[in-house]
Amino acid sequence: MELVVATSIGGLTAAGIYLILRLRAFPVILGVTLLSYATNVFVFASGRLAVGLPPVLTDDATAYTDPLPQALVLTAIVISFGMTAVLVLIALGAFLENGNDRVNVEDERAGEGDA
Amino acid sequence: MNHWIIAPVVLPALLAPLIAYVMRYDIALQRVASITGAVLLCAIAFGLFMLSADGSVHVYRLGHWPAPFGIVLVLDRLSALLILLTSVLGLIVVIHSAASGWDQRGRHFHALMQFQLMGICGAFLTGDAFNLFVLFEILLIASYALTIHGGGKARLKAGLQYVIMNLAGSSLFLIALGTIYATTGTLNIADLSLKVREIPVEEAGLVRVAAMLLMIVFGVKAALFPVQFWLPGTYAMAPAPVAALFAIMTKVGAYAILRMHTIVFGPDAAPIGSLSQDWLMPAALITIAVGAIGVMGARRLMPLIAFSVLGSTATLMLAISGFSPHTTATALYYLVHSTFAAAAMFLIADLLLSRREGGDLLKAVPATVQNGFIAALFFAGAIAIAGMPPLSGFLGKLLVLDALRFADYAWLVWAVVLAGSLLTIVGFVRAGSVLFWKSTSAELMPPEEDTPDEVTPPANRIGPALAAPSVASLACLALLTVFAGPVMRHMESTAAQLYDPGDYVAAVLEDQHDTKKLKEEEH
Repeated sequence: MELVVATSIGGLTAAGIYLILRLRAFPVILGVTLLSYATNVFVFASGRLAVGLPPVLTDDATAYTDPLPQALVLTAIVISFGMTAVLVLIALGAFLENGNDRVNVEDERAGEGDA
Repeated sequence: MNHWIIAPVVLPALLAPLIAYVMRYDIALQRVASITGAVLLCAIAFGLFMLSADGSVHVYRLGHWPAPFGIVLVLDRLSALLILLTSVLGLIVVIHSAASGWDQRGRHFHALMQFQLMGICGAFLTGDAFNLFVLFEILLIASYALTIHGGGKARLKAGLQYVIMNLAGSSLFLIALGTIYATTGTLNIADLSLKVREIPVEEAGLVRVAAMLLMIVFGVKAALFPVQFWLPGTYAMAPAPVAALFAIMTKVGAYAILRMHTIVFGPDAAPIGSLSQDWLMPAALITIAVGAIGVMGARRLMPLIAFSVLGSTATLMLAISGFSPHTTATALYYLVHSTFAAAAMFLIADLLLSRREGGDLLKAVPATVQNGFIAALFFAGAIAIAGMPPLSGFLGKLLVLDALRFADYAWLVWAVVLAGSLLTIVGFVRAGSVLFWKSTSAELMPPEEDTPDEVTPPANRIGPALAAPSVASLACLALLTVFAGPVMRHMESTAAQLYDPGDYVAAVLEDQHDTKKLKEEEH
């Protein structure tokens, strides 16, 4: 169980970081998404892994799994989902304005900052 | 429980949707609402500042839940100071954006501005590490939209970089919080303060990792080497009022380091020791160098200012890296200075560039800005940000250098700060002479004459509403200089409170007689 979770977090993080370092917007967005998946699983696992236990302590339960990371990860999922949507829209806007989806900014920019 | 503590978060949070939906089609109404909101925020912030000035720590328990379980907002001297700073800066920026017409170049400027203020005030107030993450996201998502306000190729591309950088930073933030929770079992800052100090040194590896991960995350916000790359591009491309507001955004990172790495991961916590200092100081020194070199290398005005802001923020981080009450007091003084100086510079640059042919490219163009008033403002702003007398930049740097006199590698710190200041001065002198002197030689214009063939519609004359924000930020710097003594005394007591977390912890964890009784462990 621990091995599966740990390797999947590691794999997702590695893939995410590799993709973030690419030059084009689409792989970078995928990379950010993968990284946020890895983060979510990691936060989830930070309350220790427990199988088949109730999340809330009741009077008759002898053991329980920590519910706080689950609440945290729920918040994190919502936030990362919204942020990814914003990122996709800004990337789309940049693509439509510039005609390419390269992420890097050229040194001497053609745009004047249209002040 | 004083309900005013949550007002700096609630007021903008209520105002923003109203502006966005009810006043959607009426820019005049939006401006009135936004400026009124900013004035009210200033008043509330001043009230809170007075409330906390006696050194008491005020806690606001959301939903009356007891502390390690419920979320708390904590008002102490540091958060009150920063909220006051934010609200004054917010007012200045809102007035400038209304007077210069920036708020009409895209939609929902004022609503986003209010959300931004909400996130920043919340981040300064919260006493919970995960809540800090959430409020960071609020201020970031508003800043994403503000960065690309007005649109345009280069701005969208710079905005894209900014978003990607911060999304990666947010992931790192969550990983750090997960690590902290896994090792300590709490995310309440006061509770963390106790729990981290209970960890035996030989088992502290994970906590040290978490502390350094957090430092990287806050370093991204504060634009510290090696994660400073987003700042020059973003600030140079962002609309000028937004860039001015962003002067406080880097300070959010500085604040978070000040808060977390003193109360929780302070030098007195055995598992951490001098770890924060060992990494923060070299990073700050390199960032100062990067900023100075960038100022020298910049071929446009906006990147030049952005790089000088980078250097200014790095000087602040250098002062923080002293991690002692005295160095932190000087850091706080420099923080206030750095915020207003950066804001003033961006606002003045906006006045200048909206009247200049050829945008912000630093080469001689036909004279359009030979306006003595703008030149004087630019001169004052450049003096402030480069740290020359008589304005507070000089005092601030002097205080920082003096406080770091006995630090390790003091000679290196002095050399880097002084050389960086010199290069910044040279860079601004060069920019100023190109902007205001060399341009006249192209066409023999009398210096104070308005040119008829302007590219941009606003008249060369600057009305009082347009001049007021820049003048106000410079006036704040002047006040900071004149009242340096009392201000420094307040900063000393603020810093002393920060390094004596006993009151903070006691206020959050012990004094909770009025909270709900917990039947179970959960809420």
